[in-house]
Parts: sequence; C-alpha cells; structure tokens
Amino acid sequence: MSTVLQVRGLWLRRGTRDILSGVDFEAARGELLVVMGLSGAGKSTVLRAIAGLEKLDGGEVHINGVELTAGLRTAASAALRRTIGMVFQSHSLFEHMTALDNVCLAQVHVLRLPRAEAVARARALLDQLGVGERADALPRELSGGESQRVAIARSLAMDPSLLLLDEPTASIDPARRNDLGLSLRRLAATGRALVLTSHDGDFVREHATRLVILAEGRIVEVGEPRKVLDSPLHPATRALLQRPAY
Amino acid sequence: MRRQVAFAGILIAVIGVTAHLAGQAPAQPVLRWGGDAAGGAPFVQADSHDLNRLVGFDVDLAALIARELGRRPEFVQITFQSLDQSALRGDFAIGLSGIENTAARRRMVPTSIPYYEFKEVLTVRAADRDRFKTLADLGGRKVATLSGTIAADILGRTAGVIATPYDDDVYPYSDLAIGRVDAVLLDHLLADRAVRREKGLYTHPGAVATSQYVVIVSPKHPGMLDLVNDILRSAMRDGRLEAILRKQPGVWNDDQPKLFQAMTASNATQGETGPRLSWFETTRAFFPKLLKAAWTTLWLSCLAMVGAVVVGIGIAVGRVYGSRSTRLMLTTYVEVMRGTPILLQLFVIYYGIASVITLDAYIAAVLGLGLNYAAYESEIYRSALEAVSTTQLDAARVLGLTEGQVLRLVRAPQALRTALAPMTNDFVALLKDSSLVSVIAVPELAKQTQIFATNMGSWIIPGLMCATLYLAMSLPVAYVARRLEARWKAPTTA
Repeated sequence: MSTVLQVRGLWLRRGTRDILSGVDFEAARGELLVVMGLSGAGKSTVLRAIAGLEKLDGGEVHINGVELTAGLRTAASAALRRTIGMVFQSHSLFEHMTALDNVCLAQVHVLRLPRAEAVARARALLDQLGVGERADALPRELSGGESQRVAIARSLAMDPSLLLLDEPTASIDPARRNDLGLSLRRLAATGRALVLTSHDGDFVREHATRLVILAEGRIVEVGEPRKVLDSPLHPATRALLQRPAY
Repeated sequence: MRRQVAFAGILIAVIGVTAHLAGQAPAQPVLRWGGDAAGGAPFVQADSHDLNRLVGFDVDLAALIARELGRRPEFVQITFQSLDQSALRGDFAIGLSGIENTAARRRMVPTSIPYYEFKEVLTVRAADRDRFKTLADLGGRKVATLSGTIAADILGRTAGVIATPYDDDVYPYSDLAIGRVDAVLLDHLLADRAVRREKGLYTHPGAVATSQYVVIVSPKHPGMLDLVNDILRSAMRDGRLEAILRKQPGVWNDDQPKLFQAMTASNATQGETGPRLSWFETTRAFFPKLLKAAWTTLWLSCLAMVGAVVVGIGIAVGRVYGSRSTRLMLTTYVEVMRGTPILLQLFVIYYGIASVITLDAYIAAVLGLGLNYAAYESEIYRSALEAVSTTQLDAARVLGLTEGQVLRLVRAPQALRTALAPMTNDFVALLKDSSLVSVIAVPELAKQTQIFATNMGSWIIPGLMCATLYLAMSLPVAYVARRLEARWKAPTTA
C-alpha cells in the first residue's frame, strides 16, 4: 500500500487555545479512514488543515510529495489542492449554478478543459453517483442526499488522490447510509485515499478500514474500527459510544 | 434679482428680520416686501460694511413705498424664480428684485408701471469681439443667460444658438471667461458689473432688446397696485426715484428720463398683456421641451449609474480585499461622499476646480452624480460580498480556484443577486437626484417643469406631466429588476 497522506505533529492554535496539539496519522491508497471524536475535538479542523484552509502553527502535511508546513500557506496550498478534494458538511454547492455547472466550474477554470469535455465528464460523474437526472437543478432544489452526491461529483471531477469528507453521514437518513458507505468504498477501491469524519458508529464499523479517535486535539486511539469500538481503551472513546449517533 | 452666493441671502434675511424685530417698536404696521438677496448689486444685496443691512435701489425703492404707505418695510427672502408664485400665494405685499416686465408675468400677477429701463446686451470674450457681434454670429454655440428671464426667452426663440440657462447671474460670466460658453445675453446692469469683475470680457454696446423692471403686487392686497403706481409716478416727478437710482454707480442713464416722462405724462399702465395662450397651447408648446429634458435626465442618470456601479465595485473590492491603508482611504472617500451634500459636490466639481480643469456641464453632472452614488453603491456591494458564506469561498478554494477566480466566479455573482434590489432603489433615487444638476446649468426635467409652471402660472398640469415622465422612467427599471430576480430564482440550464 502506498501512502498518499502523511500528517506529522500537526499543531493549530487559535488565540490562547490549542485546537490541535500534535496530530500524526497516515492514509494509503484504497483506504477509508475515519476520524471520530466528540464535538469540539478538532475533527473538522484536521480536514480543513489538510486542505490548506487553516494556517498551521506547527507540524507538516505531505500529500503525494507536496508539503504543507507552518508559515506556508497560499503557495503550497495551491499545489496541494490539485491533489485534494473536499466535501463540506453543508456541501457548499455554488448556489447560483446548476448541479452540472458546479461540477464543470473547476474543470474549465482550473484544469482548463474545453467546456464540452467538462460537461461530458460532469454528466458521467453525476450519472455514476445516481444524480444524473438532477444535472439542471439549482442547489436549493436538491435534497440533502442529492446535494451531497453532487458535491462528491464536484470533487471527483478534479480527480483527487485524496478525498476529504466532513460528516458525510449527517445529512442523509440512516436507511441510505449503507448506500453511501458502498459508494465511498468503491471510490477508495479506484486507488484514492478517503478521510472522513463521522459520529455514526455503525457506519464506521461497516465501512471504515481504519479508525482514528481524536480528543482535545490529540489522537488517543488508532486501529481496526471494530476492535477500537468494541473494546475502547480510552475514556474519550467510551464517551463517544454512549452518545446516540445522529 | 439674481443669485450671487446662494445661501447668503437667506442668512441675511433671517438675521435682518430678527434684527429688525429686536430693534424697532412693533407699533408701526409692516409692509412685507419680497426679493432675492442673493441677486446682488445694484438690486438687493448685503451691505459690505454691515451684513445685517440690505442695500440696492430695489431696497431703497421698497423703503420709499413703505414710507409713503405709513409702514415699516420688512424684507422676505424669496428665490428669484419663485417671486411670481410667492406673490400669488400672498407671502408678501409687493416684490422688487429687478423683476422684468414681461407679457407672461403681466398675465399672471398684478404688475406696476415700469420704474427702470434696461438693455439686453451681448457679452463675449474680448478676443472674440470681432467674431461674435450679434446672436446671428453664434450659430451652434452656447450662449448663457439667467433662466426665467426675457433674455432666456430671446435665446429660446433664436434658431441656431444653444441656449444655456443658469440659475444665477454670476456663473454665466465666469464660465464665459473660461470658455465653457461663448457669449452671455443679460441685462446691461449685470453685464457692466461682470465686465468689471472678470478680466477679458467685452460687452457690445448695442441692445439686443430693451425691457423694464416692475414691482409685482400680491393679488391678496386689493388696491395696493394703484397705490404703488401713484407712489412711483410721484417719485418720478419729484426726483426721489432719480436720487435712488443715482446712488448706485452706473445705474442712472439717459433712458430713464424718457421712461419717467412716458409714465407720468399719460396715465400709462403696465402695458399690453398680449394674447393669452390657453393651457392647451402652453402645454403643447412645452411638451416637446419636457420630453427633451426627460431624455437628458434619463441618459444622464444611466451614465452616472454605470459610473457609480463601476467605481462602487472597485471600492467594495478594495474594502474587502485591500490592505489596511487602502481600506482606510476608501472608507474615507465613502464617508466624505455620503456625509456632504451632493449639491456641494456638484458646485465643487463644476465651479470649484474650474481653474484647474474646466469640465463640460454634462460631464461634470455625470461625474458628480456618479462619484456620489459610487459611495452608496460600494456599501451595497461590500455588504453583499460579505454576505456570501465563507464555506462557499472555501469550497471554491479547495477546488483550486485562485482568489481572483473565487471573487469573479463564485463570490461576485452571488453578491450581485443580493445587491440587485437595493441597486434598483438607488437607480430610482439617482433619477430623481439628477434634478440637482440644474444648478450647473444642465436643463433636466425638474428645471424644465419649473420653467413650464412659471409660464403657465400653475403647477397642476406641469406637475402632473413631470411626475408621469419620472414614473415612466422609473417603473420599467423596477419591472426589469423584478424579472431578473425571478429569473435568477428559477432553475437555469448550463
């Protein structure tokens, strides 16, 4: 397994508070790594930091040889973003564009593909994710699940080797979570690394290849998901399991 | 007559009246007389030694009439162009301010026998004195005058010249000196004063026309007209009027004894009123003028709005993305433009900087309105830009878009949708604020309506027509904006 993502000693400070205090983990091709933790543990911040959206106060992030370190933001993050896709919890589709245009935008303006080619790729991706017939809808006309799939298509259009998803299980009902899990596993199988955050223990047991537990900005447990969740070692992991998944 | 420093007159009037009330016993009845103290010498102006006192031959004549009536004169400040309407309303008993003896005026308001005869004369730059001798030499050129005067009527009737009516009698001459206009047609008293004040001007001695000044009398004071006429005749006979006119340098001349003789010999009155035009004929005569003025208002507003949008976007982007010093500079601009009257800004752009750069009136109008509205537009765009959620921007950044692309492709298009409704509002406001540019001699709709109303002696038809034209311009804007908003809400195809 070749490593796509390496996070070393990631440190983030906002004001007097340490949001992340030395986070280390790796993700390889084909992997579906889940970061779990109580609210405020820093899960989303880890994803945002990897995506180059947060200024680092220490540590480094390597993605396919591109390095992001403290004090370096814009230049490195521009190169880094070419290899990363991110799906936000709110999906953040561009509200003034149709689903199709959302998927085409970066292909045309970043990858400089001809519009016709971008449209063809976008339609193929939307079809593949089961929202092909919603291509001409505006974001506010889509259901939560539909807009999530459009957001995934938008990220995949850039062919990222690392796909980050923030709380992908939060916006869809439990019955459809399994479909999402299967879709994500198929994506990982195509040679990408997937890193996502989640609150849903069942989902993680079923689909994750590895689990990282984050508490107060530190990693407190790492391992095979069923093992970690069935015999939690750290109090934070136990606290996590007492909470109902939402 | 005539506005020199627009605000000074009102100030003087207020101070003057207050001083009068404080200084005199209230026993003697007052004679309220109306005039425009902004008109200046030799008519009505503030005394340079004592700003609370008014001087001028109209002031002395009003005092004389009051004395003869056993009353104390009390000055009422009225804008020159509104004197007739004010007389009809009864704001004062008599009005004197270099008021011209015109047929239209005689039809509208009671007027006395004339008390002074003047010439309408043509003033040009000294260098052009051989080139521009008469109005016929000025085809296709701008000739300035004071709006609502006989001179303005003459220019309006003279084919070929571009009549440029001003709201005051000082700027026509200063604009002549700097080349914005090529001639000025006005009363010789004003021309004489201007030629002394401005270097390089020359007034042709021949009269383009002659007319007289009269006293207007409020119809709310029955019997007053005859009393005023009697007082004028007696003052003409016994030399008191001559003494008043001689007090002001350059006013008395050989034309006056002839006028006095004619007025005292016969029982001559104010003159023929001429054929009275029906309201329909007046309206028909003015309708094309109103349409033309509406067109001026429309294209002026559109150009100013385009400028305001472009500059406003620049300011908004600068304030959202710029460095600290850029933001400070732009904030200062916005606060200054929003915090000072647009009227002042127009004066500064047109007259204030004329010695450095002489702008055409239309360009100054577009610039003034555009730069002022840019401040308001920028605030709309800034808040609209800031209303676009940061996760939208982050999503665009993660896709690899540069900051410029994020602004152009994601942030600005969404902000524009938020900004559309307030922008429409602003355009309609701009359409109406464009009426202010008449102060820099741009003949737009509101000004033309005022001239129309003065000629007709009523505001009802001109007011209705003016309102209809403004609505005809603003309602389509609101309609298009609503259509756009609806379209942006509906799903679109790629």
